[in-house]
Amino acid sequence: MARAAVLGRLTWQVGTVAATRDETATARTIVLDVPGWPGHLAGQHVDVRLTAEDGYSTQRSYSIASAPDGQAGRQLELTVQRLADGEVSPYLTQTLAVGYPLELRGPIGGWFVWDPAGAAAAPVLLVAGGSGVVPLMAMIRERAAAGSRAPFRLIYSVRDPGALLYAGELAQREQAGDGLEVTYVYSRTAPPGSTEPTGRINATTLASAGWPPEESPAVFVCGPTGFVEAAADLLVRAGHGASAIKTERFGPSGGQP
Amino acid sequence: MSGYMDGNMLGGTLGELFSMDVTGATGTCVSCGASWAIAQARVYPHAPGMVARCPACDAVLLRLVRGPGRAWLDLRGLTCLELAVPDG
Repeated sequence: MARAAVLGRLTWQVGTVAATRDETATARTIVLDVPGWPGHLAGQHVDVRLTAEDGYSTQRSYSIASAPDGQAGRQLELTVQRLADGEVSPYLTQTLAVGYPLELRGPIGGWFVWDPAGAAAAPVLLVAGGSGVVPLMAMIRERAAAGSRAPFRLIYSVRDPGALLYAGELAQREQAGDGLEVTYVYSRTAPPGSTEPTGRINATTLASAGWPPEESPAVFVCGPTGFVEAAADLLVRAGHGASAIKTERFGPSGGQP
Repeated sequence: MSGYMDGNMLGGTLGELFSMDVTGATGTCVSCGASWAIAQARVYPHAPGMVARCPACDAVLLRLVRGPGRAWLDLRGLTCLELAVPDG
């Protein structure tokens, strides 16, 4: 499966929307049936292409949120954050409905991936900025699906509690007590009763909620470019090897990554 | 600061051209000699086509333009690409 997910020239194919699920007021998960989907690795993305009746066409990249080989094997899930001035995301989050076709190609990317077989039990640190949590969620789901006991820590920076993706599922998985720990950093508004100050991820958070460099964790950072630069700099300054830190950036016009 | 993205975004278009993932390959910069995964390059997507630059010295590593029925790949900034290839 891993081999199928990284070998073979990419071509466009058509999936069908099997279900949609609102994650927040502005983010939606799209479940797609894709005939012949070869499987994927946690962390990979797809390119989505929309074509207008007049032939105008535009494409964006979206991270895959689901673990490989989900219930149906041929299904995959994308979580799309709607951008107010977006060209593609408003269609995907507001118009696209069950039964609609969607043109896509993938799986894409062989670097920003976590493979439970290859990583053995090495600890993993996931650092998410906003909807950068999506490919990291695929890793968390894959960890559970594969029965991996690799200790995972997720530091999830989000503007306010209403913008949290997968809040219920993350809480549930953390409560299972099998080695996933989640720390939330609220950059603007914290939930009522929170004693943590709001603000950006800093060295103190990374030290207390991450892993010390001596544990040699695999580190995955995903978010907007500014967030990724800041987090990666802090990690390197804390002593993590640059080669152990994998990053994926997304921009306002490029979708994710 | 946020004018660039990274080499992960080249995967789709490079995947049209090559049968294996090139973003995970290690490339060596002609200008400074540093080695990086192509995924780590800084990619400016709004030039004509996509321009990938070295994260260390900012020299151009590659340029990739996709047009109707055609693609142009300029690899002048890379001395070598090292790819993991499964045997057999």
